[in-house]
Amino acid sequence: MTSTQTQTQAEMQGQPGAAPPKAEVRRNTLEDYVQVLGSGEIAELRALAERLKGASVQMVNSTSVGGGVAEMLNRVVPLMCELELAVKWEVITGGDDFFAITKAFHNSLHGEAYNLPDESFSTFLVYTEQNRGRLTFDSDFTVIHDPQPAALVEPKPNRKGHWVWRCHIDLSHPNQRVWDFLAPYVSLYDAAIFSSPVFARKLPIPQYLFYPSIDPLSEKNRELDPGYVAEVLDRFQIDFRRPILTQISRFDRLKDPVGVVRAYQIVKRYFDCQLVLAGGGAADDPEGREVLAEVREAAGKDPDIFILDLPPWSALEINALQRASTVIIQKSLREGFGLTVSEGLWKKKPVVASAVGGIPTQIIHKHTGLLAYSIEGTAYQIRFLLSNPAIAQKLGEQGREHVRENFLIISNVRRYLTMFLHFMKRSRAVAHG
Amino acid sequence: MRASEPFQFETASYLIQIGNYEATCLSDLQKGVQQCSDGSIFYHTFQSLGRYHFLTEGFSNEFAQWVLASCNRPMLAEQLASVDIRDYVSLADLRNELLRVLSGYSVANPREAVQGAFEPFFFCETLEEEVPLQLKAWTLEEFRDCIEQLPHASLQFHFITSRLRLHLRTNDFSFWLVKELGQKNLARQIDQIDIYTNTLDSARERILQLVKGELGQ
Repeated sequence: MTSTQTQTQAEMQGQPGAAPPKAEVRRNTLEDYVQVLGSGEIAELRALAERLKGASVQMVNSTSVGGGVAEMLNRVVPLMCELELAVKWEVITGGDDFFAITKAFHNSLHGEAYNLPDESFSTFLVYTEQNRGRLTFDSDFTVIHDPQPAALVEPKPNRKGHWVWRCHIDLSHPNQRVWDFLAPYVSLYDAAIFSSPVFARKLPIPQYLFYPSIDPLSEKNRELDPGYVAEVLDRFQIDFRRPILTQISRFDRLKDPVGVVRAYQIVKRYFDCQLVLAGGGAADDPEGREVLAEVREAAGKDPDIFILDLPPWSALEINALQRASTVIIQKSLREGFGLTVSEGLWKKKPVVASAVGGIPTQIIHKHTGLLAYSIEGTAYQIRFLLSNPAIAQKLGEQGREHVRENFLIISNVRRYLTMFLHFMKRSRAVAHG
Repeated sequence: MRASEPFQFETASYLIQIGNYEATCLSDLQKGVQQCSDGSIFYHTFQSLGRYHFLTEGFSNEFAQWVLASCNRPMLAEQLASVDIRDYVSLADLRNELLRVLSGYSVANPREAVQGAFEPFFFCETLEEEVPLQLKAWTLEEFRDCIEQLPHASLQFHFITSRLRLHLRTNDFSFWLVKELGQKNLARQIDQIDIYTNTLDSARERILQLVKGELGQ
């Protein structure tokens, strides 16, 4: 490949020596996290769980595979079980019409228009009733994830245990019609959980803050053999001797990949660097294909720009690309929480990112990374980091500590335990007058 | 020497509750600091120092950080950052000091006080859950062994937030070392460790160094 490069998994697999290290075949246990966090932190988690032993927890969402929520539950539920909580995870069912409605809910809660007829709300409730008839809600703590199962909540006098709605999406600018429909159900819960104060709504129930998290032992984040990192660079013909700027994200206009190319072009006037834009979304998404074409056009024939349209099973390659990077960029125009930032920080990389969504929670400007507000600003911050490697290194190190304290899966388990303990204490206080 | 009462190590975990108030300028911040709960003052000062313990330069509390990063007022940020939580044994006193600094600025700079910030400041508060750890020390040797394996939250609980429980300008470790083992000098040296310029890990290392020195190691 001589100029702007796009490679698929099929192409990657066609090359010799391209086989990635073997995928994980077993679930991680708490003991596995000792290597990352130390024995004291894990012993502390066990101490927190001590008073909750035997307590029943029910997690309910809309899918067991695919998507961030299922990925998180696949990791959190086994860890809670290991802590001797009786956790069951249940998935709601529905026809295509139900999921078409919930998809429209999802998009409109992110601010898009809701174009379905009023009957869609009744259809949503019919499926909710079907699921209520199928599922049993008898746990001490019931956690309902996202809008799809939100209306399952039972009215207060009739229900058992504590009910919490965990909202994983940004509700800061919801479509009013959909929110007006959902809000009365949400208000029936004992509490709601949001990923950022920015994403929360004014509600009559307490709202708690749980940050999303990454798993340090997952394929995307675990330590890699330097030989494998070198092999991945070699496979994509990226030069490890020259600075590598990387943005990992879908080919989506909101991630502003063209803006990243423009920022790189400014930096390139001063530094002989390379740009890697790696992500997915172009193969099965017409808009993704359009964006990919726009990015290629912006990149022109620059041989130092590598545009990699990777399939969803490329976690190890993404891990390797992040580890090989000199600077990681996340120049989103809008963002949910933006966990790719935490992924970069966990690898001790200096990150330049836009101050949108949950990114300022992860990037404390000049402490754990640098925030930027424009293409020129992004270019300036990258140049600053390339000129000051010692500062870049310090930001990366502090960034890793920030992730360690706040954005790892163990912190997520800890937050759930703390919330359950809080509910238990509150119930006892009520019982004792 | 063996203590008559052991040091029972505990830890605290915090549930963060999102408040219903956000500040979009310095004047709002002042109003928020005046009206928010003690749990909120705690969250943005004592607890933020623990959450960001790994930052040892230029970070003191979230009020100061917001004033610098979102309002671009370095002088006021410096004043807020200089409010040393070790000087306060009650959240009411700490709140009054923050208000004194903020209102002083607003009076002297009324126009700047109402200028919009880049990002709003969201008031949050913490709900604390304390639990005992399986760690207990009767002697200085056992104390050293426990400190070596103490999780960050427990170290913060005993070393930083203890002032609010004891209502004394000291920490749990120093208090116990004097009361139970008569170690006045060691207690004083531990209390002098600067929590603003140390991470929790480097503070732990310093404590261990001092204890080992006392043990002749």
